[in-house]
Amino acid sequence: MNETAVQGGAGRWFALLLVFDAVAALAMIAATWAALLYAGDAINLAGVEQVAQRIFYFHIGSNIAALLGFLASLVGSLGYLISRRLVWDRWAAAGVEVGTIFGVFVLLSGAIWAKPAWNTYWTWDPRLTTATITVLIYIAYMLFRNGFENPDTRARFAGIYAIFAFLSVPLTYYSARLFRSIHPIVFDGANQEAQGGFSIGPTMGQTLAMAMIGFGLLFFALLFHRVRQMELESRIDAFRGEIVE
Amino acid sequence: MMAELPQEGEQSRARAGLAGYFRVVWTVAEKDVRTELRAKEILGTMAAFSVLAAVIFGLAFDLRVPRTELVVPGILWVIILFAGVLGLHRSFGSETDRGTLTGLLLAPVERSALYLGKTAANLLYFLVVEALLVPALLILFDVNLLKPLILLGLLLGTIGYVAVGTLFAALTARNRARETLLPVLLLPVLAPLFISGVGLTAAVLDGRAASEAWPWIGIIALYDVLVFAVAFLIVDLIWEQG
Repeated sequence: MNETAVQGGAGRWFALLLVFDAVAALAMIAATWAALLYAGDAINLAGVEQVAQRIFYFHIGSNIAALLGFLASLVGSLGYLISRRLVWDRWAAAGVEVGTIFGVFVLLSGAIWAKPAWNTYWTWDPRLTTATITVLIYIAYMLFRNGFENPDTRARFAGIYAIFAFLSVPLTYYSARLFRSIHPIVFDGANQEAQGGFSIGPTMGQTLAMAMIGFGLLFFALLFHRVRQMELESRIDAFRGEIVE
Repeated sequence: MMAELPQEGEQSRARAGLAGYFRVVWTVAEKDVRTELRAKEILGTMAAFSVLAAVIFGLAFDLRVPRTELVVPGILWVIILFAGVLGLHRSFGSETDRGTLTGLLLAPVERSALYLGKTAANLLYFLVVEALLVPALLILFDVNLLKPLILLGLLLGTIGYVAVGTLFAALTARNRARETLLPVLLLPVLAPLFISGVGLTAAVLDGRAASEAWPWIGIIALYDVLVFAVAFLIVDLIWEQG
């Protein structure tokens, strides 16, 4: 009796989730259209750089999503360690998983853009360094979780790791900035952070907002699905335990 | 080993007061060092690896770089990072293997004192290895690292490394893939230490003004303080039942 009620509730939530998916998909289509067709050209760029700057919308959009994943994992980890309820841990884990996808995309889109703009795919700019280290921490977090059988131990240890990891991220940024500032500058004596910059017109600003909303919604859609999947997984585990008994 | 821990009559006295606390720390550290001196699991491996790695780096870089000063800061910190991982996982690995961790945890003492004792023992191993590595780099690369600021950075950096490393070793001791996992967990979290250590060593070797070296020391010191503060807050969570 109780079970069917639970399933009915889950079904309603699932329908709502599908609606949310559709909204996120529409927002992403709109953002893609705006980024490729609607947004005006950057005034001060020409040639390949003009084409490449349009990746900026996807770059910033996925950066927002990666940042949300970062937040979800921190809040989820703290929430679990304080409340000891596994729901929090699922949000943390899902946040990291979804955040990693977007984090990798931030790095790749940045590298693709940097080749025409900076004439190199990669530089140890503080932001690049910090973003890379953060993605590596995410990956380490997922590998770490893999090695535990007991869900409570897993949640506790992963939470502890997350707190330490995120403590080190601001310090990484700070030390990488110091590292750059006293090193020789790679790009023609100019500040390389300024290279490839462009001014933003009204259509570009609107497009940027659309990209951020689109990627934000996409992030939450993926996050909700992953959390739901994890919940189902733990229920299957519980049922399996009952059958064995 | 257990006889070293405070006896029943002493328990309350040992638990109260700072002196009692540090006696526990000392006892745990002494136990670890004595076990190590008998078993010779950690120090020998770390030292041999360090010198070996210095030789390998020499073969890899020596003929290719115009001045070895350019690569030695990186070599120094990479070797410390990798040699450290080798030693750290044994810190709790050997306890788990022998089943002595349970005994240690049953002792009626503060968990943070156990952690601090383990950290102190590891710090000693690291410093011994570094005392060997710095002269080895002098001989192989003709670069003198025996400068006060570099040594200060090395000491502070090692303290921060050992503080995080010991805690993570405790975390991974229960994991299925502990030996392989520890470096993957540790290295990205140690990024600020590594960047600052290399930056500091390079600044001093390049003969830049001390005012350019101090910000690095500052970051390393801040890292140490933050890590110890958080470690003390959460150390009790590691060894809960479950």
